[in-house]
Amino acid sequence: MDFSIISGNIDIYLEGLKNTVFLVSISLVIGLSIAIPLAVLRTSKNIWVTAPIRAFVYFFRGTPLLVQIFIIYYGFGQFEALKSSFLWPFFKEAYLCALLAFTLNTAAYTTEIIRGAIVATPHGEVEAARAAGMSRMLMFRRIILPSAFRRALPAYSNEIIFMLQGSSLASVITIIDITGAARIINSRYYSPYEAFLTAAAFYLCLTFSILWVIKKLEFRWSAHLRPQETDIAEVRG
Amino acid sequence: MFSLHGYGPSILEGTYLTIAISLASLCISMLLGIMGAMAKLSTSKILRIGAKTYTTIIRGVPDLVLMLLVFFGGQVFINQVAPMVGYDEYIDINPFIAGVSTIGLIFGAYMTETFRGGILAVPKGQIEAGQAYGMGRFQVFARIVVPQMIRHAIPGFGNNWLVMVKTTALVSIIGLDDMVRKASLAAGATRLPFTFYAVVAINYLIITSVSVYLLKWLENRYSVGVIKA
Repeated sequence: MDFSIISGNIDIYLEGLKNTVFLVSISLVIGLSIAIPLAVLRTSKNIWVTAPIRAFVYFFRGTPLLVQIFIIYYGFGQFEALKSSFLWPFFKEAYLCALLAFTLNTAAYTTEIIRGAIVATPHGEVEAARAAGMSRMLMFRRIILPSAFRRALPAYSNEIIFMLQGSSLASVITIIDITGAARIINSRYYSPYEAFLTAAAFYLCLTFSILWVIKKLEFRWSAHLRPQETDIAEVRG
Repeated sequence: MFSLHGYGPSILEGTYLTIAISLASLCISMLLGIMGAMAKLSTSKILRIGAKTYTTIIRGVPDLVLMLLVFFGGQVFINQVAPMVGYDEYIDINPFIAGVSTIGLIFGAYMTETFRGGILAVPKGQIEAGQAYGMGRFQVFARIVVPQMIRHAIPGFGNNWLVMVKTTALVSIIGLDDMVRKASLAAGATRLPFTFYAVVAINYLIITSVSVYLLKWLENRYSVGVIKA
C-alpha cells in the first residue's frame, strides 16, 4: 500500500469532507425543523391531519434513500411542466437534489422519533400543565417538547450517524463528498485500499466526534436527573 | 404514465434478485451475529475486544464505502494472492458475492448487538436451572438460551431486516442487476425515469409491508407462553 497517493491528493478529500459536512448538517437542521411541527401534528386526533403525515413517513422510511435520490434527481426530469417552470434550475443541480432527498428522508425518520418521545410523556406532566391553566400551545412549548427532546436524544443521535453514512450516496449522483473523493482517487490510480480506507478513516473520525458531542449534550440535558451530590462536589471543587 | 413499455418482466426479475440478495445476506449476518454475540459475552478478553472492534468499525463507516472497498479492494487482493498459490489467470470478483458478503458483514455487526441484547434478557435463573439438570454448555445454549432469546431479539431482528432490504439497493452501484439497476436501464431506454423508480419504490414498500406483517406473526408465535399485562 502506498499512502503517498493520498497525501498528494489530500485536497480532494478535504473538498469532499467539506461537502459531506455541509450536506449532512444543512439537511439535519432543515429536517429537524420540519420534523418538530409534523410530530406535533401527528399526535392530533384529526385523521385528515395525521393521514398525510403518516403517508409521508411511510414512504420515506419504507424505500431506500438511493431510490429517493434517483426519483428526485432523474425522475422529476420526466415532467415537461416542471422542466419549463421556475423550479427547474433547482432540480437540475445534483447538489440541491441530494440536499432535498436527505432533508425529506431525515425529516421522516425524525418525525417518528419525536412522535415516539411525545407519546411517552408521563400523563401526570400533561395533567399538571392543564391544572396550571396552560393552553395547548404553551403546554407543548414548556412541558411536552423539552422533555420529549431529552427522551428523543439517544434515538436522534443514531439518526445523525445514519444520515452521515447515508450522505455517502451523494457520490452516486456526481457529487464529490468523501466517498466521491475516494472514487476519484480509485479510478485515477487504481488503488482501492488506499482510497477507500482513507474515506473510512474520515467517516470514523466524524462518527466519533458526533458521538462525543452528543455525550456532552446528554450529560447537560440530564442534569436534573443526576443525584444532588455531584452538584455539591462541583461547587466545592 | 404507468405503462411499463414491456419492461415489467425485467423489473420483476430484478425484484427476485433483490429478495435473493436480502435472504442470502440475512443468513450470513445471522451467522456473524450469533458468533459476534457469543464473542462479546465470552470470558476471553481477546474475543471481546475483537467483537467490539468489529461492531465499532462497521457502524462507523458507510455501507457504500465498505461495499466499494470489498468490490474493488477484493479484486486487487484476490489477484495478488492467487498467483502465490499457483493460480495465474485473472479472477473477476462476482458482484453478487461482493454485495452479499458486504451486506452480510455490515448487518452481522447490527445482529451482534441484537442477539447480545436477547441473550442478556434471558433470566440467569433459567441458565442455572439448565446447569442444575446437568446440561453441558452447548445444551444450555441450544435448549434454554436460544429459544427464549428469539422472543427478545425479534423486534431488533425485524428492524435490521427492514434496513437490510433497503441497503440491497446499493448493489446496483457495483453493477448487480437488482431492481434499482433494472429500473435505471429501463429508464434510460424509455426516458421515463420517474415511472420506473416509482415502481421500484412501490415494490420496496410491498416487501417491507409484507415483512412487517410476517414479523408480527412471528413475534406473537414466540410470545405464546408469555402472559401479557
